[in-house]
Amino acid sequence: MKAIHYINQFFGQIGGEEKADQTPIFHDGLIGCSMMLNGMVKPEIEVTNTIVCGDNYITNHTEEALKEIFAFLDTKEFGMFFAGPAFMAGRYGVGCGIVCKAVSERYHVPVITSMNEENPGVEEYKSVAYIFKGGRKATFMKADITPMAAFAKKIAKGETLLPAAQEGYFPRGIRAEIPCDTMAADRVIDMLLKKINGEPFQTELIIPAMEKIPPAAPVVDLSKATIALVSSSGVVPVDNPDRIQSASAQKWGKYDISKLDHLPEGVFKTIHAGFDPAAMCAVPDRGVPLDAMRYFEKQGKIGKLYDYFYVTVGTGTTQAFAAKFGREIAKELHDAHVDAVILTST
Amino acid sequence: MGKEIERTGIPVTVMCNLIDVAKTVGSNRMVQTVSVPYPLGDPELSKEAEWQLRTSRVGAALDALATKVEEPTVFPSKF
Repeated sequence: MKAIHYINQFFGQIGGEEKADQTPIFHDGLIGCSMMLNGMVKPEIEVTNTIVCGDNYITNHTEEALKEIFAFLDTKEFGMFFAGPAFMAGRYGVGCGIVCKAVSERYHVPVITSMNEENPGVEEYKSVAYIFKGGRKATFMKADITPMAAFAKKIAKGETLLPAAQEGYFPRGIRAEIPCDTMAADRVIDMLLKKINGEPFQTELIIPAMEKIPPAAPVVDLSKATIALVSSSGVVPVDNPDRIQSASAQKWGKYDISKLDHLPEGVFKTIHAGFDPAAMCAVPDRGVPLDAMRYFEKQGKIGKLYDYFYVTVGTGTTQAFAAKFGREIAKELHDAHVDAVILTST
Repeated sequence: MGKEIERTGIPVTVMCNLIDVAKTVGSNRMVQTVSVPYPLGDPELSKEAEWQLRTSRVGAALDALATKVEEPTVFPSKF
């Protein structure tokens, strides 16, 4: 298998900060740390070319830089792509992330890099690339390339890949099913006994630490406010016009309720695959309480119910998608001058 | 989803059954619902009782939107 390696101007022997605007240079062979990498991945993998690009150029002129890099890569055959290691160098790390993400999306090959945990590139790109946990500075070059190379060889040989923590890269937020010889009931009791005995144990379902959002200021006067309904209940028009997935949703829909006082059975239904839908299909307002909101609007408790409700399916949906939906919906709500939201979930 | 909306300054009341989950994911205003398959209703109840239940919980959620909170807060509903 052939591979190509991306490094910055410093490791590409062009120069330091003063050369950070360097446009991409495409070497016919290998230079700098590419040679060390090639030495470690042999014989399963051959690193054929080094791409060198200035950190400022890749981060500030991303579109142009990627265009040039694609023009070169389009002429090459390769089954794997490396970048870095970037250590603690922030722009280099982000540059490696940008290139890895773009290469992975365009060529569908494994992309492997390495950064120190403090590198801002980690947070931004760990879900799209194998980013190995690296040292803080270039003296860790050999130590950082070693696990990248070992992992690449495993991929090339088609060996079973272990979870992120065991392989040594930052978790990508992917859950994989793995067969286990011990049944779940035994494992959970083992875990409990360890917990009681004060011994270390590892949960099988890691819940990522949550960032806290400070509470938004309250609505000053409800009777003048526009309120929107948002829901993860999967209540949609019966033909599910936007084809929202019944589980692990990757999109949301918005539906006009401006002329409705409730959600009639047979016109709306829930497509949520996470519970028995009978009760909600019979009375969709049990999931999206349009009737109650309309009642409060008529009473004058709220100024107006917004003309559309927003909905997706909450079961199995990743946090990344949920956050994306939230950002997209928030933008629409701001554009429509919505003051507050009732979000119903199941 | 609610968190990203709240981040932009729009207050959100999350109505859900598993309040602890809502707390874990960082919701700030919460009202508990009846169940997962019928959050704001109950097929076992009479129409009138179900309506009372739904308007009570949605009313509590609306009041929550107009209430200043300093930390994640669960707002009770009469029914």
